[in-house]
Amino acid sequence: MPKGIAVDNRGRLKDRAAMTDTNLLLTITVVVFFLLYLSAVFFLGGGFTKPQNFLNILNNNASLIVLSCGMSIVMITGGIDISVGAVTCLVCMTCAVNLEQQGGSILTVILIGLGIGLAFGAVQGFLVAYLGIQPFIVSLAGMFFAKGMTTIVSKEPVRVTNEGFLAVKETRIIVPGLGSNNKLGVYIPAYVEVGVIIALAVVVLLFCMLRWSKLGRSFYAVGGNSQSANMLGINVCRTKFLAHVLCSLLAGLGGILYFLHVGSGDVANGAGDEMNAIASSIIGGTLLTGGVGNVLGTFFGVLSLNTIKRIVSSLGFDEAWWSNITVAAMLCLFLVIQSIVLLRKNKK
Amino acid sequence: MTTPVKNPETRVKRPDESLFKRLTRQQLFIPVAALVLLVLFNLIADYKFFEVTMKENSLGNPVLSGNIISVLDNASELVILAIGMTLVTASSGGQDISVGATMAIAGSVILRMVCGGQVTADTMQMNLVLAVLIGVVVSALFGAFNGTLVAYFKIQPMVATLIMFTAGRSIAAWINNNQLPIVNDITFKYAGTFLPGIPVPTPIFITALMILVFWLVLKFTNLGLYTQAVGINANSSRLNGLDPKLIKLMTYVILGVCVAVAGFIRVSRSGSINYSRIAENIEMDAILAVALGGNALSGGKFNIYGSILGAYVIQFLTTTLYKYNVPSTALPAYKAVVVILLVVLSAPVVREKLANMKKAPVRAAKGVS
Repeated sequence: MPKGIAVDNRGRLKDRAAMTDTNLLLTITVVVFFLLYLSAVFFLGGGFTKPQNFLNILNNNASLIVLSCGMSIVMITGGIDISVGAVTCLVCMTCAVNLEQQGGSILTVILIGLGIGLAFGAVQGFLVAYLGIQPFIVSLAGMFFAKGMTTIVSKEPVRVTNEGFLAVKETRIIVPGLGSNNKLGVYIPAYVEVGVIIALAVVVLLFCMLRWSKLGRSFYAVGGNSQSANMLGINVCRTKFLAHVLCSLLAGLGGILYFLHVGSGDVANGAGDEMNAIASSIIGGTLLTGGVGNVLGTFFGVLSLNTIKRIVSSLGFDEAWWSNITVAAMLCLFLVIQSIVLLRKNKK
Repeated sequence: MTTPVKNPETRVKRPDESLFKRLTRQQLFIPVAALVLLVLFNLIADYKFFEVTMKENSLGNPVLSGNIISVLDNASELVILAIGMTLVTASSGGQDISVGATMAIAGSVILRMVCGGQVTADTMQMNLVLAVLIGVVVSALFGAFNGTLVAYFKIQPMVATLIMFTAGRSIAAWINNNQLPIVNDITFKYAGTFLPGIPVPTPIFITALMILVFWLVLKFTNLGLYTQAVGINANSSRLNGLDPKLIKLMTYVILGVCVAVAGFIRVSRSGSINYSRIAENIEMDAILAVALGGNALSGGKFNIYGSILGAYVIQFLTTTLYKYNVPSTALPAYKAVVVILLVVLSAPVVREKLANMKKAPVRAAKGVS
């Protein structure tokens, strides 16, 4: 009888005594997030007590949520993709130029965004999966290519004035029951933007895909041990390829959402988002070594990261550099925790 | 394996294989070929590219100027980084992507020491050697931080250094107190420009000195051997009595020292620092230099001279692109294409396929074993 499987006195399998790594890390993340937010509400009060503050985290980070989910999928298969931030930026710029100078519409924006994502995903996925090049090098080159291309498309910031686009951008979806009264006693309803709905739908879809679909399970199998996955009859190369395509496609979608949120193309758009996405995935319990992770955890990872950022800035450290240092410190902390957990496990 | 030959052109011809095959198998083939191609391209396009003239600089000293001098001069930081990056790559099988950010930190520390905490300083407030030493120590500490994460916590090098990649420039901003310090003392700029009376830029001498130091170290110590042993197989090197963790950590500290020297050269070129832009994207060039030098990015055996040559080739490419009015912001796109081409060519799968195309019998022999 293998260790770790609990059996009752009749030899039947009991409920698993120990949680799987995925669930354990997910639980840690969710607990960390609620502790963070509740302590912010109790000790800092102010803005944190209003539901709209929480919804604003969602509004500001719809694109990051989508990016991080894509990142998690690649990380589950044991790879990494650091080009997502630059792809976001390229999509924003191209969409802005298309809307302003080429008379595009919402439809072309969506096509451009997904098309750019697909192109990056196909090339990077091919190089990583079929040619066996390190994903980090490939996506580093992808990141610089996207950055360079962005400035080739346009160096100047492009502000969008297209009416159809602005109408979608300004659409507010009222969340019933969460509004609050302002100082004058006027009731202000709580709202989310369109992007948030799309981002949440993506999270739910990917969660179901990873948990129940054949492709989703093969992502875990390949990341856990690609050799045994191969022996199980899974096409390892194709699975890795699809993971990269999916990640870059989501980066393209993330770019559209970012564009929808800021409404302009700028070379600084999405700067450092690859870092935020990786940090969110890691905080959300995705292991760098692959095989462990969950998009729901990643979702909470994004929320935790941005809650921390808000706490730091409301404590008075509101210079821009503190935000980066906080992200780095948090990433460092979680990496070390993961590493210790893994090293101890391997020793047993 | 035959004995290593430094220069592929001088190798004696053996009758059983064609010259081309033997050339392409040399480690230095790619950088040498790239350099030859670039030189030929520039010769044909505009032979004046290679003109070197004596000009008077702003201080009235006669100095050498020309594209070749500018390549040698501007490649200095990259060459020094490539030396350290080669060691890190060889020992840990990954690259340090935080070198640009750490250069910003080292440069900020040196400038702040020299300025004595003020924004502008007309004379240096501290002995320059002492300030540079402090910069080296700080940078080595950051290297040690990266090295600890990689060696002792077993985090993938590129992910571990992603931490400093993000935080580095923010830390530099914090060191500078969000100001942009300027040193107007002319002696501070000697290291980045020209020494009085010498027409060759000082960074070329500093680079030559660094290359000499590493040549001596690799010749007279076991650093090179140990690094390769750890990179090829950490476990067996441990069984042979080495401490792989310590050696990995050491290579990161050495890279930290290289970064500080590079950062010092960069800040002393202008006597000021813009911490959010300084040495931007240099990590990409440094990794590219290592790859171009024919070193495996997955670690193990290395050839430090290949990386040095690779760094000069990259600077040559950059200078050539600048000459044809490619904007500096678009450069990364071109370089990314070069990187992808290089890694595709050096990918094991592609190499095997190419080898199989040439000689089928070898493949059959491999299949049996």
